[in-house]
Amino acid sequence: MSELLRRRDVVARLLDGRGELLVVAGLGSTAWDCTAAGDSALTFPLWGAMGNAAMIGLGLALARPERRVLVVTGDGEMLMGLGSLATIGVQKPRNLAVVVIDNERYGETGMQATHTAAGVDLAGAALACGFAAASRIRAAAELDALRAAIHGGEGPLFAQVKVRAEKLPLVLPPRDGVLLKARFRRALLGEAADLE
Amino acid sequence: MSAGTQAWPEDVFRVLKEAGVGIVGYVPDAGHKRLIELCHGDSATRAVVLSTEEEGIGLAAGAWLGGRRSALLMQSSGVGNCVNALGMVRECRFPLLMLVTMRGEFGEFNPWQVPMGQATPAVLSSMDVVVHPARSAAEVAPTVNAAARLAFGSYQAVAVLISQGVIGIKSFQEQAAQ
Repeated sequence: MSELLRRRDVVARLLDGRGELLVVAGLGSTAWDCTAAGDSALTFPLWGAMGNAAMIGLGLALARPERRVLVVTGDGEMLMGLGSLATIGVQKPRNLAVVVIDNERYGETGMQATHTAAGVDLAGAALACGFAAASRIRAAAELDALRAAIHGGEGPLFAQVKVRAEKLPLVLPPRDGVLLKARFRRALLGEAADLE
Repeated sequence: MSAGTQAWPEDVFRVLKEAGVGIVGYVPDAGHKRLIELCHGDSATRAVVLSTEEEGIGLAAGAWLGGRRSALLMQSSGVGNCVNALGMVRECRFPLLMLVTMRGEFGEFNPWQVPMGQATPAVLSSMDVVVHPARSAAEVAPTVNAAARLAFGSYQAVAVLISQGVIGIKSFQEQAAQ
């Protein structure tokens, strides 16, 4: 088997030229990955609320059906909110993509194995829940197609990208929740959002 | 109970519409049955059935990030499921409007409902959620109106606790017949 993908390369590739894409980053490594690719007001990085990233993405996708929404989160975070795959499967937002960066580890707490290390198939779960498409990705050659689908494919889309289990330097986004919320809304909705 | 007070779900739905609520997340409860039907029946309201109540906190946060107001319906037993997610609401100061139908509170017949029902106001308060009780049918819509103003006007997390006395379910048989 070829060598596993590296998470920072994957996320940088998916966010390259992101344009108007709205991003929710799950807590921990995926938030650092998104920040390493370039801090943006249109990324909402989570520092808590584990298990809720996909649902924040759903709320955003339903609120702004004309915009594309990408949730980038980890396997442990996704496992904690597995029911949200069923909830998204019912709503079927065409503009939502959920990408799980799957290193089969709880990266922030000592690299303990998650359920995916034992073969739990998140992409299979997403497909069973009614996602329009779900893939398990292991090769760099597949990332361009995934990136195109995130920006223009018929959602809801799901991808489980298998990556190397590695500890990388922290690249931290701002952590003040009020700031993260306010800058996201202002970037998306304009200064009028400050007055709502 | 008068015909007027029995229409509280219709009145609450009207209040939600007037408050600009366009997305309603819910885990069903018998006490929310009519309100859920009204939400599903309105083409301008997106009703989102949740697999657990904490999903509704994320849904509400995402909706607000996108510039839309939402409400979250649940039974008191679901409040405990929301606690960690409420930490995000507090840290980010997201507005949040929760309508909670109470169990384990006024004439409860299921002992397993009592611990969470009795703990509900304290659990919400402990996470800085403002608690507005509605003890009679006539109080529900005005209380929801005040809660919506507090939530969206002052960026607060607010829960309206609709008393079990308003819902009026007194036995397993009555609950099954809903």
